[in-house]
Amino acid sequence: MKNPLDSLGQTVLLGFILAVVAHLLIRAIA
Amino acid sequence: MFVTHEWWEFAFRWLHIMSGVMWIGLLWYFNFVQTPSMPKIPDEQKPAISKVIAPTALFWFRWGAMATIVTGLILAAMSGYLGSAIKLGIGDHVGKNTAIGLGMWLGTIMWFNVWFIIWPNQKKALGIVNATPDEKKKAARLAGLTSRVNTMLSVPMLYCMASASHYFAITG
Repeated sequence: MKNPLDSLGQTVLLGFILAVVAHLLIRAIA
Repeated sequence: MFVTHEWWEFAFRWLHIMSGVMWIGLLWYFNFVQTPSMPKIPDEQKPAISKVIAPTALFWFRWGAMATIVTGLILAAMSGYLGSAIKLGIGDHVGKNTAIGLGMWLGTIMWFNVWFIIWPNQKKALGIVNATPDEKKKAARLAGLTSRVNTMLSVPMLYCMASASHYFAITG
């Protein structure tokens, strides 16, 4: 399987997904 | 007189933002501009990047990262939320501290990656320290992938940093 980090587009997409995860995590903790 | 505690706190925020722009700006330059352009550059012109531009960009990149974490820690301490942010605001029920804390941890991981993975491996890849061709190839791959990890982490890191004051501080 190809490493998604070899694609700049997939790297940025993963970043946006992690931002959503971060938002939910902050809400869950606070 | 404007030189109050509030002004110094703001001054460190200003320095923190400028250092962060230097750091993340160069990180995005590497990932969005330099790395994708390398295959399009003729071999005889590649040393202009590897011997001149990349070492200079890496200098400001790693010291930008250092200045960002130092000014950020001073800012958090002066603002009184360093302890709460380090423990992600757990038990404090202050969304702002959880958000800034998560941003700080992401930024700290990225700073570690710069100084302890990307820079030592770029030194090998660019020939600043001696390495065999095989070691150079492996070092370039590891530095490149770690740089991509940091590009990925920069998105949620900036979400956490900016939302702490401009979203979670407002909505609670």
